[in-house]
Amino acid sequence: MIGIFLTGAFIISGWLLYNRNIFVNYALLAIFMALLLVFGLYEFNHINIRELEFFNPDALGVLLLVALCVVAIPVLFHGYRYIEIHNVDETPKSRGLFFGSMVMLIAACSVVYLSGHIAVTWIFIEITTLSASALIYHHRNLRALEGVWKYVFICAISITFVYIGILFLSLSLKDAGIDDMSFESLYTNASKLNPFWLKLAFLFIFTGFTAKLGLVPMYTAGIDAKDKAPAPAGALLASVLMNAGFVSIYRMYAVMSHTPLKHWANTVMIVAALLSIFVATVYMTRIKNIKRMFAYSGIEHMGLVVLGLAAGGIGVYAAILHIILHALIKPSLFLQYNQIYWVYQSKSIYDVGDYFKYNKVGAIVVFLGFISATAMPPSGLFISEFLIFQSLFEAHNILILIVVLVLLTMIIWGFGSNIFKLLFIPPISIDEAKIPKISSWESLTQFVLLGLAVYLAYNPPMIFVNLLQEAVKLIA
Amino acid sequence: MTDILLIALAMSLLYISIANRLFTYLNILVFQGFILFGVTFLTLNKISTVNLILIMLETIVFKAISVPWFINYVIRRNGITREAEPYLPNFVSLIIVTFITVATIILSSSIKDPNLDKTFFVVALSTIFTGLYLIVTRKKIITHVIGYIIIENGVFVLSLAVGNEMPMLVNLGIMLDIFASVLILGVFFNRIGDLLKNPDIDHLRNLKD
Repeated sequence: MIGIFLTGAFIISGWLLYNRNIFVNYALLAIFMALLLVFGLYEFNHINIRELEFFNPDALGVLLLVALCVVAIPVLFHGYRYIEIHNVDETPKSRGLFFGSMVMLIAACSVVYLSGHIAVTWIFIEITTLSASALIYHHRNLRALEGVWKYVFICAISITFVYIGILFLSLSLKDAGIDDMSFESLYTNASKLNPFWLKLAFLFIFTGFTAKLGLVPMYTAGIDAKDKAPAPAGALLASVLMNAGFVSIYRMYAVMSHTPLKHWANTVMIVAALLSIFVATVYMTRIKNIKRMFAYSGIEHMGLVVLGLAAGGIGVYAAILHIILHALIKPSLFLQYNQIYWVYQSKSIYDVGDYFKYNKVGAIVVFLGFISATAMPPSGLFISEFLIFQSLFEAHNILILIVVLVLLTMIIWGFGSNIFKLLFIPPISIDEAKIPKISSWESLTQFVLLGLAVYLAYNPPMIFVNLLQEAVKLIA
Repeated sequence: MTDILLIALAMSLLYISIANRLFTYLNILVFQGFILFGVTFLTLNKISTVNLILIMLETIVFKAISVPWFINYVIRRNGITREAEPYLPNFVSLIIVTFITVATIILSSSIKDPNLDKTFFVVALSTIFTGLYLIVTRKKIITHVIGYIIIENGVFVLSLAVGNEMPMLVNLGIMLDIFASVLILGVFFNRIGDLLKNPDIDHLRNLKD
């Protein structure tokens, strides 16, 4: 099935690139959507059945794949709205490139989730870089150029780092006398690997994948990317692409957790996570660009996820729950961003205000999204964040816990002051005649995503919990 | 023979650290491409002939000919000045690159692993770190690209060290080469140079907080 899906996705994506007919364009998108849903459903019913030698749809992969299916539908829909209605200088060519690379990005991410071999993961992560850069450069102006250049360069360096890590991993395999680099063989033979090379391999692979996950040191690329990409593409970059980075790091960490190096790996991850939360705090408290603010909020959440992973215990469960809920909440904020831009024609916090007056339904989404993203109850993230704090407490990392809590409070303050300025304080100057009428059904998908996040956290279906518990078992 | 070639590669790093003109950089890239061709031929004697031919073709066609040619084309088309414009004086660069090489030698001598070929390891690591050093200390975008390609050459040497046991990894390395270079140079091909009349990184400082 993975073979069929990949072939189908590549054909559709290639066809979209060369097609200039508007009807064919949207028909292809509909076919891809159907293909993706069938694929998700198929893998959901065929967990842990190896396919094409290199792919192993385990519980974690399937969970994230289902989350991707849920996010992809509104994103493609809003991509359609973005191109059709509100962008006058779209040509058939730019439209084809936009949707073609979006299809490619979604397909590559879903294959990364299911990959059971580190080399396959690496190849498809490369493909995500390619398709994401086409999306970032959609507007073809100097700023977009700067964004895409930085993204491509940092991703190229980080993908090289991962490759060096894989080389070191192969050196550590030599000692054990095996040459199979699939994750399964790594898990079973973990204790036989040479610890020195394994350490180096983990360092390089972790550093490399932080470009996709959005952690210190390579997080910068992702921020510019989410800022310059059109908002629907930004929604993908802020959710499914980050999940792809998470899966890669999670599987590598699972290898480490089967060896005595687990504590060392935990220390590395805690340092990276704390620095990420710190960086996010510094920027969130003084940032004036709404889209970048959403992007930095993602850095904060990824820091929390990795912190939970490193704390162990219930933290691993909470980390996976957190990343899934985050993948539902962040796209809804990004998708809502377009409406803010239509109203004010600016992304600076200085030019916006009184959003409740101009777009009531949209303002409710922003408000609910803010509550969700800052993990205040009844947000779903409240549950997962609480569990992460609990795991930190149980692991006797009280000092870290206190630091994180202080930083989070500052983030909520920074985030909140900007959001409340947007919602309630009248803007300095605005031409009310120019404000377009935005119909409320454009916000429907955002409500669904936010509601789903609440539902999954407070009343999780049994099958969801089972899959989560299955995914946690990868970590020893 | 392999050792001689690898040491020549390491020496080219010292030369690049004091090079003044962009075309010297390109000549060094060509030189490194040919060296890698030789090293591949001498090292990978246990893999299948077809695969070996593929890898060698990649080093010669891609690393030694097309990438330097394309960078040359970009430089000429955009009228980029010939100076490399380092932030630091050449003498300091020379010292630092020497220091990098010495440090990697000390590092590798502290590793006690019979599976490891020390020469490969030292040359690969010093090439990677020199490439990173070039990226941080040169002002032009195009020198950043050259620095990245030098990093890739270093990674390629490292992959050759394990190439006989796992030819798949060398093939992956080739994929990385082609993919990343096409991606990075593709940005230039997409008329970036036309948008950026003066390709200094100083012009890429708008996206910030």
